[in-house]
Amino acid sequence: MYKELYKTTTFTEIARIVEPGSRVLDLGCGDGALLDLLEKVKKVSGLGIDIDEEAVVGALERGITAVCEDFDSALTHYKKSMYDYVILSQTLQVVKRPDHLLSEIVRVGKKAIVTFPNFAYYRVRLRLMFGGRMPKSKILPWEWFNTPNIHLLTINDFRNFCRTHGIRILKAVYFGSKVRRRAVSLLSNLLSEEALFVIERKK
Amino acid sequence: MAKKREASVGVVEPQKFTFARPPHELVLESGQKIGPITVTYETYGTLNAAKDNAILVVHALSGDAHAAGFHKKTDKKSGWWDIMIGPGKPVDTTRFFVVCSNVLGGCKGTTGPSSINPKTGKPYGISFPVVTIGDMVTVQKHLLDHLGIQKLHSVIGGSMGGMQVLEWVLQYPDISKSAIVVASCAALSAQAIAFDAVGRNAITADPAWKNGKYAGNARIPGLAVARMLGHITYLSEAGMRERFGRTLYENDDYSYEFKDEFAIETYLAYKGSTFLDRFDANSYLYVTKAMDYYDVAAQYGKGSLEKAFSRVKAKMMFVSFTSDWLFPPRQSIEMVHAFQKSGKDAAYLNIDTAYGHDSFLLPCDRLFRGIRNFLLHVKDSGEA
Repeated sequence: MYKELYKTTTFTEIARIVEPGSRVLDLGCGDGALLDLLEKVKKVSGLGIDIDEEAVVGALERGITAVCEDFDSALTHYKKSMYDYVILSQTLQVVKRPDHLLSEIVRVGKKAIVTFPNFAYYRVRLRLMFGGRMPKSKILPWEWFNTPNIHLLTINDFRNFCRTHGIRILKAVYFGSKVRRRAVSLLSNLLSEEALFVIERKK
Repeated sequence: MAKKREASVGVVEPQKFTFARPPHELVLESGQKIGPITVTYETYGTLNAAKDNAILVVHALSGDAHAAGFHKKTDKKSGWWDIMIGPGKPVDTTRFFVVCSNVLGGCKGTTGPSSINPKTGKPYGISFPVVTIGDMVTVQKHLLDHLGIQKLHSVIGGSMGGMQVLEWVLQYPDISKSAIVVASCAALSAQAIAFDAVGRNAITADPAWKNGKYAGNARIPGLAVARMLGHITYLSEAGMRERFGRTLYENDDYSYEFKDEFAIETYLAYKGSTFLDRFDANSYLYVTKAMDYYDVAAQYGKGSLEKAFSRVKAKMMFVSFTSDWLFPPRQSIEMVHAFQKSGKDAAYLNIDTAYGHDSFLLPCDRLFRGIRNFLLHVKDSGEA
């Protein structure tokens, strides 16, 4: 339920950002819902990649071109700037080497859009601090032992990574009950449950 | 069985088409000429008025034109891809007009080494010219011309069929709007060529083969050995373990004799023996040779698959099976990557199954849904 709501807000935001007719690569495309939306409202030409074959069948059912592959290592054959946008929606925290992948997506995409749950969100902090156990929430519903999220991060972590790895942040959008969207706030790291960044490689 | 027949195309009759009559023989890739050529084919469904709903299905090594339905009401066995083709099935004959023909060099009604050479009045045998995957596709193009089909909705095939699919979109890039390559490759691996070579050696080393000049109804045990070997490569270790294990076929204990005892032995012996009833040893030589020679990168891209695929206009879909070690997923992924490099998007499904290369002929929900939906979303030309 919440996941659907989350999708609606971030997907709408992504659809707002992507220019019409763009060539888009969606990594971790799932059943192709985002590409379906982008193809409908922005007439993009999209390709999805997902490791899960059931997800790829789902994407084919929507008429989305999708590839069943583990992209942890699969971007090496893509040429530089092949896509206008590479999208990593709620996927960064599940891959084996986020550092490698981030440098790959800004190589393959002229721009990249990354969304992830912010582990510094104050409610997450409170749960850890006062509950003394790994935080769970609607956006982090798993137990420590079965979560696919093996590389959780915070907004500040992401900003710091970009600064030290030659990546320019073009835009940041924050999502959370206490934060107005697009709020450029010193407190964004505390008050945002999720974040969206548009990034590119520094020339 | 009754239920199965409800979703079947029903009783079908193979048809024949002859062309390349002398002096207009077909010039083959090798430069040699052959004619006349008779093609045996079957069709299912109805060609629409615009003639744009046709799908060409191409068969694998031991397949034939009989892809779906039954030849007689009393037939126990249906066509080789009956689970895929029929009313309401993934290749839906209520929407599409499906054509399937036996390949050039085959032995199921299309001209091949067992056909009579009109010049001698005897079977061609190994005087039949060596044919290629490209030649097979050229012959299929003549058949489509004969049927008045200028555009294909799709061309679909598995294994050697997949090689013909690739050849179709390369040799005739403007004909088919889409193409589905199942459990195939752009060129056989050394391992696959090795298995073909052993199969051919089993035949040619057999005295019954008589340098290819055996009588038409002669049984060549070497062909059965080739088929047994082939069968092993179509299955997987896990699949064999699950289906046969170390079970003895009849006895409770070892007989301490050299006869077929293990269930897997009797199974292979049975498969080999029945193959002698339905396949020609010389055809086996020709068709496996055609597969061995096929090399997309060499023929169309000066060694580069990416360059070769740059000429393709069809919307592509690739399917592989995780346990297929004859045409491993790696070979499909290479093709998908080559398409991406040439700036084209190809769909790719890697299906997790334990049944090896033969998986493409078995019921598989994800394979069915993938193919059904891919075909439904193929748009008119101009769509990338």
